[in-house]
Amino acid sequence: MKVDTKQKKFGMAIDLDKCTGCGSCMVACMSENNVPFKKDETNKLDSITWIKVYKVTNDKKYPDTDLCYIPRPCMHCDGQHGHAPCVSVCPAVATDNDKSTGVVSQIYTRCFGCRYCMAACPYHARYFNWWDPVWPEGMEKYLSPNVSPRMRGVVEKCSFCFHRYQLAMDKAYVEGRRELREDEYQTSCTQACPAGAITFGDLNNPKHTVHKMVQPDNKHHGKPKNPKAFRLLERLGTNAKVYYLSDRKWVRKLGDNQTPNEESSKKH
Amino acid sequence: MFPFSFEWAWDAAHIVFMGGLWYALSIVGLGMTYCIIKATIDTISGKGGNHH
Amino acid sequence: MDSALIPKGVKRCPLPVFAAGIAVVGAVVLWGVAGMLLCWLKGLNQTNMNDSYGFALWIWADLAVIAVGGGAFFTGFLRYIINKEELKNIVNFAVLVGVNCYVGALLILGIDVGQPLRGWFIFWHANVHSMLTEVAFCLSCYLGVLIIEYIPLVLENRQIDKVPFFHNLGHNMHEIMAVFAATGVFLSCFHQGSLGGVAGVLFGRPFSYREHLLVWPWTFFLFTWSAAAFGPCFTILCTKITEVITGKKLVKDNVIELLAKISGWMIFFYIIAKTTDTWYWAAHTAPAMGFELNDFYNNVLYGKWILYAEIIVGGFIPALILITKAGRRNPLLLWTAVLLATFGVCLNRWVMVCQTMAAPVLPFDKWVLYSPSWQEVSTTILPVALGIIVVSLSYRYLPVFPQEQELNPID
Repeated sequence: MKVDTKQKKFGMAIDLDKCTGCGSCMVACMSENNVPFKKDETNKLDSITWIKVYKVTNDKKYPDTDLCYIPRPCMHCDGQHGHAPCVSVCPAVATDNDKSTGVVSQIYTRCFGCRYCMAACPYHARYFNWWDPVWPEGMEKYLSPNVSPRMRGVVEKCSFCFHRYQLAMDKAYVEGRRELREDEYQTSCTQACPAGAITFGDLNNPKHTVHKMVQPDNKHHGKPKNPKAFRLLERLGTNAKVYYLSDRKWVRKLGDNQTPNEESSKKH
Repeated sequence: MFPFSFEWAWDAAHIVFMGGLWYALSIVGLGMTYCIIKATIDTISGKGGNHH
Repeated sequence: MDSALIPKGVKRCPLPVFAAGIAVVGAVVLWGVAGMLLCWLKGLNQTNMNDSYGFALWIWADLAVIAVGGGAFFTGFLRYIINKEELKNIVNFAVLVGVNCYVGALLILGIDVGQPLRGWFIFWHANVHSMLTEVAFCLSCYLGVLIIEYIPLVLENRQIDKVPFFHNLGHNMHEIMAVFAATGVFLSCFHQGSLGGVAGVLFGRPFSYREHLLVWPWTFFLFTWSAAAFGPCFTILCTKITEVITGKKLVKDNVIELLAKISGWMIFFYIIAKTTDTWYWAAHTAPAMGFELNDFYNNVLYGKWILYAEIIVGGFIPALILITKAGRRNPLLLWTAVLLATFGVCLNRWVMVCQTMAAPVLPFDKWVLYSPSWQEVSTTILPVALGIIVVSLSYRYLPVFPQEQELNPID
């Protein structure tokens, strides 16, 4: 079989000024990826949410109060020397940073649940299956046949809906194509967002919207050239493939830690 | 762990890591084999019966 | 009743008394087994761990027992490689304590993984870049070495020694013990170090991340060093506890003092290195990631006291006691030093595991605290209880302390 050697780097740009915090992305993701849930989801520390919406404020009093919602999928880090924080630590090669797509995968049947990857991830994007999935009566019929449900004792996380990429590639191959159109592979959260805050595509493809929005500088680990774009915890060197955009300075500043005596201009 | 595992690569990391491992295992294995064989030979030749 | 099994020339308590003691510890073992079975059958939902605290009490216990079990490899190194002859009187016990520590660590690891039946993946599908892989390989191999070092002692049991083959085997193993000990030191350096590397490589966790030398972060070297430094203190502590329980002097003072002195100097230089590491991390590494020291110590539990407790109370104080002749010769000060040293190294491991998990990294994150469930506590105590039983049985039936007969003559 002829293999397409042109490297893709799928990534996401989330416009935080558009996000209303409605949670549609979370719902769509859970439904699309057969994410299990508990009867009582009050304890968020052991709930599985491949994409999680954080609510942050500028800590100012009325009338200067401002809010921002930050949807946080897996960042699919490129990491340092090609190793994402989680990938290099997995002792059993149960997670991989696919060089042909840039997607950080999780192989559920290979994972033996040591949770080292969770300890390594600064974004809390990895979740452990503390329980076996239990679906409400009849719901098992509504599970997606394209995504394998996970068993107790393994780690799972956002896959950028990789099964959609596989399905799209299958279709393209049947039609004699080796390249996908931009709209052929989109994640479920992207499509579900009513505000159009999430943009997904190939960061290596200058024709893709995500590339135009972010203007990634591949010579500098994909740092955004767009001054309104930033990545969470840029300075840790995780080199995430998820970018955020905001016109608000305080929001951009909140993307990374700074020591009190440093100027914000120095941080990126 | 073995060159026939599909994760295996003949790179420096694998050679150094697995080389060190198999080296240590070989020393321990050979050491124990030596002890057991020598103990068997000693026993057959009648050593150790009157000790203690 | 079991007098034929008891080593010649030493006195042991009556079997019923011994059995009663074992039964008490056995009850604790059963409690631990109950917790273990619950975790295996129902899963890790039996713990209080969560997605922010994927590493918790168990990983700390692993790191701590391996650190204090470091007495085995370092005493073995001093005895068999450096030829510190006096230490032959304590090396058996050091190995015995080490075996228990390592069995305990592997047992806890076996409970700690979500899919224990896939535990062999770590060997078969090994990722050679992962510190945990290095831990698993070296830890398992070194346990094998420790068992090999322990076997000759078992073969010295009065009844087993009567069998010529076993007598010869024990003798031959003694003959080449330096080879096994050297392999043990090699493996120990790597797994102690890689346990340090587990936290040190986490570049997503500024609290534990450290700069690297080649592929190893500084924590790699600090962990190896600290295990060699503090391990012998734990060996001395266990010896002293055994002496209290048995009501006998089992090891001569000059042996304890030699080990204490070496340990003291090791701790002294280690704690200087640790202080330097902490300063460099606080002044350079963490600020480059956007953090200052206060960010890591502004929690109710995790305050700066923990740093002082580790470096001064659990580091400099025991080191200074042990490096002075008067300090290590004074029984009370010696007890204080070995207790503080054990506390210090265990606190270091706690910090590197649990504080790493607790400290927020995302700017809009909060501290996450955790307290273990009874299942976690019982399974952590389980290997300790098992260890007490193994030490008790070994002490009763094997010549663990070569000087016991001389120090406690019976008429």
